[in-house]
Amino acid sequence: MRSRGGYSPSRAERGLIAAPGYPAPVVFESLTSRLGAVFERLRGRGRLSEADVEAALREVRLALLEADVNVGVTRSFLERVRARAVGAEVAGSLTPGQQVVKIVHDELVTTLGRETAPLAPARVLPQRILMVGLQGSGKTTTAAKLAWRLKSAGKHPLLVAADLQRPAAVDQLEALGARAGVPVHADRATTPPRLAKAAVKRAGELGCDVVIVDTAGRLQIDEVLMAELAAVRRAVEPDEVLLVVDAMTGQDAVNVARGFLERTDLTGLIFSKLDGDARGGAAISAREVTGRPIKFVGVGEGLDGLEVFHPERMASRLLGMGDVLTLIEKAEAAWDREQAEAAAEKMLRAAFTFEDFLDQLQQVRRMGSLGQLLGMLPGAASALGTAEPSDEALSRAEAIIRSMTPSERRAPKLIDGSRRRRIAAGSGTSPQQVNELLRQFGESQRMMKAFAEGRSPLPGLALPGRRAQKMTPKVTPRVASKAAPKVKKKR
Amino acid sequence: MLLVVLIVVAVAVALAVAAFLLWRRRRPRVTDVRRDAPTVPAAAAGGLASGLAPTRRALGERLAGLFGGRLDAAFWTGLEEALLAADVGVAAAVGIVERVRAAGPPDAAAARAALRRELAGVFAGRDRSLALRGEPAVIVVVGVNGSGKTTTIAKLAAQLQQRGLPALLAAADTFRAAATEQLGVWAGRLGLEMVAGQQGGDPAAVAFDALQRARARGKEVVVVDTAGRLHSKRNLMEELGKVVRVLGRDGGEVGEVLLVLDGTTGQNGIAQARAFTAAVGVTGIVLTKLDGTARGGIAVAVERELGIPVKLVGVGERVEDLLPFDPEAFVDALLGGS
Repeated sequence: MRSRGGYSPSRAERGLIAAPGYPAPVVFESLTSRLGAVFERLRGRGRLSEADVEAALREVRLALLEADVNVGVTRSFLERVRARAVGAEVAGSLTPGQQVVKIVHDELVTTLGRETAPLAPARVLPQRILMVGLQGSGKTTTAAKLAWRLKSAGKHPLLVAADLQRPAAVDQLEALGARAGVPVHADRATTPPRLAKAAVKRAGELGCDVVIVDTAGRLQIDEVLMAELAAVRRAVEPDEVLLVVDAMTGQDAVNVARGFLERTDLTGLIFSKLDGDARGGAAISAREVTGRPIKFVGVGEGLDGLEVFHPERMASRLLGMGDVLTLIEKAEAAWDREQAEAAAEKMLRAAFTFEDFLDQLQQVRRMGSLGQLLGMLPGAASALGTAEPSDEALSRAEAIIRSMTPSERRAPKLIDGSRRRRIAAGSGTSPQQVNELLRQFGESQRMMKAFAEGRSPLPGLALPGRRAQKMTPKVTPRVASKAAPKVKKKR
Repeated sequence: MLLVVLIVVAVAVALAVAAFLLWRRRRPRVTDVRRDAPTVPAAAAGGLASGLAPTRRALGERLAGLFGGRLDAAFWTGLEEALLAADVGVAAAVGIVERVRAAGPPDAAAARAALRRELAGVFAGRDRSLALRGEPAVIVVVGVNGSGKTTTIAKLAAQLQQRGLPALLAAADTFRAAATEQLGVWAGRLGLEMVAGQQGGDPAAVAFDALQRARARGKEVVVVDTAGRLHSKRNLMEELGKVVRVLGRDGGEVGEVLLVLDGTTGQNGIAQARAFTAAVGVTGIVLTKLDGTARGGIAVAVERELGIPVKLVGVGERVEDLLPFDPEAFVDALLGGS
């Protein structure tokens, strides 16, 4: 499904090829922990009183505003939450804080659209997609990613370079098209509406069934350029007009979205640069003021860094709840299931060896870069502080382990001074580094033991297993791993 | 370091597996949720929440409304929201309003004057001139993707040229497709020399080549364009660190590291400024795209929190639309003029 071929050797080598899922930023205190403090004294109450809700909503408001949700949107959102929350019963297994978070989360998901939204089908072939947005929002890159995605799904897209404004924008799309193996229609000596019209015709000749038109970035208040865009729209008669919005956008997202909606009759939204650590409150703002679904999100610079939008994940991200679901999905996509189950069992028994670790390394690598994975663990970043591990360090660990003999990998105790020197020489490291790894391996075994016993190995690191445990009290991770049903492989 | 790696990998794997297994148990036989996902019916465009109406109004209008009234709780909340709507951010907005309130203004007019003083105070006492130190003077331009680095460089180079300082441009964005071409178009238009490298090549090498060339040709200024990068991508930030380090070699001096910050950016701007400063020692900020409807209030948060001076602002597409940052004018614009 995810191919890595065909794009950018340079960054691919640096481990930045995008993998599915958008990691949640974990730099902020999560709403859950904030509400935890508010409700500390209220533990055990059966029903949320008005006062409780008001106290909680103050925190929710700050969280939303810090996440860049528009002030006005926040206000109306809180009204809806208030209406749902006052008098709501606190479910048996939840604390009042968790109950409020759940209501907020549900309302966020509702606001974001509840379901994923596929592209509108073509009314007449070829299917026509128009990309619009402010300067620098990521239209050109997104257009290429979308083309690549559609091509991967068996379509035959044609990219149209209708950004005749920015220097070298046409060159950029041509280069991206070449990487994606998608034809690009360009003509530097015409006007965007004419070009777009010609492109639709050309698509027929080339046998292309989708036309993706990249347009120049423009301010929604620029009358001249908005009129031009309207002309392009009339020329193309698009099935989709997609507004590309930078996920880092602040309060102004509402004005931009509204402006483009009025002038170009948007059909959908795409949020770009969601692989950064912005909370992405602009998604709520733009969705609320346009009523248009968010169709995709950009999560990396690689051509495969465009994903279907999942409201649930965005809601979790907005609330700083981490993104365990995405992590799970990544694991599903990249893992050999039987191997993973075996490894999990071993790990929970704290009986795993360097060989298992090496296997896991491979698996983790397939899931994406370490930074991305870390971002998905709630609280991991704050727990680790500044000592964020690098993929480089992973590679070094791998080199060291690969320089061990199989018996050494199984029984690290065998490694004495001379073996240590040999391993260091073989892996291009120093004996000290080998020593360090050995010491730390022991350490991490201890951690895993802690994990198996249901204690959090890192302070502040929430264990999804434990959370789940609360909801289904009878299933502990250990039991689950042993009793896990064989899972059918998908696809 | 390695300890952390091991623990993280192990914990990540264990968590994923355990969570996965539990999740499976709770939701038996889940098929691919994506496959049969129904279409979301697009809501009616007209169905906008009426609560949104106030945000359409400029901050100035909102404040004008406020400043006519009494100094009650609603007034202070309104003041805070007005600042929030300009992207000033929660911490700064709350802090500033508290200080204005603490000053005990007798009426709305006094409150407005106090607010203006508070905001101006945030920007007070910082040197906002461009440091053209070193031979040649080196200006490195950094920022996240799409913030406006290349356009800013074009404007900056044009203005330097008008002042009799034809800069040498270094196209050290070797990553993005056609980034070199984009800067090349500008170099051609302005008649400036540009040093470029291979697509996918080492940006630090390009920067260093440019520096050497500038020395050989007796150029007084080198402006280095870099690839846009999200500040949270550690390896790319390290790459950027190398670019700046290389430029400081052999007696070289990087006088300015300018962070280009999109004026529409929300609270993430603080994280950007912090991360770029940690990686390459940002000396000044260029706040771009202020010709739109965004107010650029993030500049207040960044200066207040990090003390990095905004040096230039971008207010349009033309060469002369890059202006020195004028705190007074900015505060007035933020408050809606007059």
